[in-house]
Amino acid sequence: MDTIVKVENLKFSYKDEETGEEIPVLKGIDFSVKKGEFVAVLGHNGSGKSTLAKHLNAINIPTDGKVTVCGMDTAEEDLLYLIRQKVGMVFQNPDNQLVASIVEEDVAFAPENLGVPREEIRKRVDYALEAVNMSEFAHHAPHMLSGGQKQRVAIAGVLAMKPEVLVFDEPTAMLDPIGRKEILKTIKTLNKEENVTIVLITHYMDEAAQADRIVVIDHGKIHLEGKPKEVFSQVKELKKIGLDVPQATYLAYKLSECGFNIPKGVLTTSECSEEILKCLEDE
Amino acid sequence: MLSDITLGQYFPGKSFIHRLDPRSKILMIIAYIVMTFIIDNFTGYIVLGVFLLICMVNTRIPVKFMIKGLKPVVFFIVFTAVFNLFLTKTGQVIFKWGFLTVTDEGAKNAAFMILRLIFLVMGTSLLTLTTSPIMLTDGIERLLSPFGLIGLPHHEIAMMMSIALRFIPTLIEETDKITKAQTARGADFESGNLLRRIKAMVPVLIPLFVGAFRRADELATAMECRCYRGGKGRTRLNVLKLGIVDLIGWIVVAVFVAGIVLTNYYGVF
Repeated sequence: MDTIVKVENLKFSYKDEETGEEIPVLKGIDFSVKKGEFVAVLGHNGSGKSTLAKHLNAINIPTDGKVTVCGMDTAEEDLLYLIRQKVGMVFQNPDNQLVASIVEEDVAFAPENLGVPREEIRKRVDYALEAVNMSEFAHHAPHMLSGGQKQRVAIAGVLAMKPEVLVFDEPTAMLDPIGRKEILKTIKTLNKEENVTIVLITHYMDEAAQADRIVVIDHGKIHLEGKPKEVFSQVKELKKIGLDVPQATYLAYKLSECGFNIPKGVLTTSECSEEILKCLEDE
Repeated sequence: MLSDITLGQYFPGKSFIHRLDPRSKILMIIAYIVMTFIIDNFTGYIVLGVFLLICMVNTRIPVKFMIKGLKPVVFFIVFTAVFNLFLTKTGQVIFKWGFLTVTDEGAKNAAFMILRLIFLVMGTSLLTLTTSPIMLTDGIERLLSPFGLIGLPHHEIAMMMSIALRFIPTLIEETDKITKAQTARGADFESGNLLRRIKAMVPVLIPLFVGAFRRADELATAMECRCYRGGKGRTRLNVLKLGIVDLIGWIVVAVFVAGIVLTNYYGVF
């Protein structure tokens, strides 16, 4: 698989406006995302994970180090719109991402900006709304929709650019449990069926558990990296930096600590119950 | 189609006037406003009244909606009429009581003023009742585009208007939430005199403004992420098109304008 996003020794700091002090946020991050991959970035508030996200489509430019997207350096100003078209970004608050008063017009916003011909815009809008399962709401006003539906419209609005990578910056943080499920399902469908590369920034462990790979960030540095099973088996490490593990994982971990023969790195509830059952049968 | 939009006072429908291009409608309204002011006899107002009546019947908007539009300006109409009635000193005196004098010209001016304002409000509310806010901003953007040559930021003006429209319901919702939150903390919005009540609004307005700025900031980032870079090189999904409806509409308007101008010369009274 080809590498689509490459982050090399990324450092970023901003100046405190009152004291004039340089405050480092990212302190040398190296990671890459392969085409078609689903990567979750975990970290608690203030770990720098949102700042990292904003580097992926040139909203922030590295203070030091390099970010390349499809071979393009984000620091190059001439490539700015090409990069932003390749890397779509979805944010936390769906209300603050929608521009137009009609769903369809909002989805058309990005291709309109790109100067796409009219017939092609029509096609892309229909495709994007179909992909997030919102076609029937094409003529509705966004403020009449639920949070999950609004967020799906926001995703469609980014999809209409035909991006290679979608970056989600805590897309479910402001949604109710039903909305969260909707969004996660949409993300997984886009990854599996439309073959869109996904970078999901989150602090929900159960969401991260569904990714192909997890990158854990703490204090502007990568703390852990690997498959969900590998990362979540290191319960102590995660606890140390203030992160939780999925409840099923924690139960399995505690049981194995007590001497039961249960593997660490169990991810889902059903997996956990199976392992416990197996363990009981053995005894 | 947009039946669930509750913004402004748009009254959805499929009448002839509803289907007119917003650009046509805006220009027609301007012609109509000019007419209300150049008419100098009652025959002209009868012609204009017939025109307005035809439009109202065509849109099938209940009369009570139109009357509702008049309510807020009643005071203004009475005020101007009274001023015209008593302060016009030219013409023959027809009534005198103490320092108040009424001349025939004053009475005529007052009557004209009342008619003008009523026609003005009814006509313009017909525009907002039959055109969705989105169509209206689209129309304004296109009409202003020639002024882009002399440096008027027509695209930006239209973008600001449509974003404002988009966020009105969101901010209303937020105001409601903040008011409830402050009430729960013991804020009192209902008692006291006017000054106290205005003061009581401060704890609502401050979070509302802070929230609005935060929203604006996030929206700007989201727009940048979607490659927004001003109006240059932008294409549109929905393009306004002039049709046969507009042609017929303009013929009707032209006939009435000609008729009204003629009454200025041949008006009976």
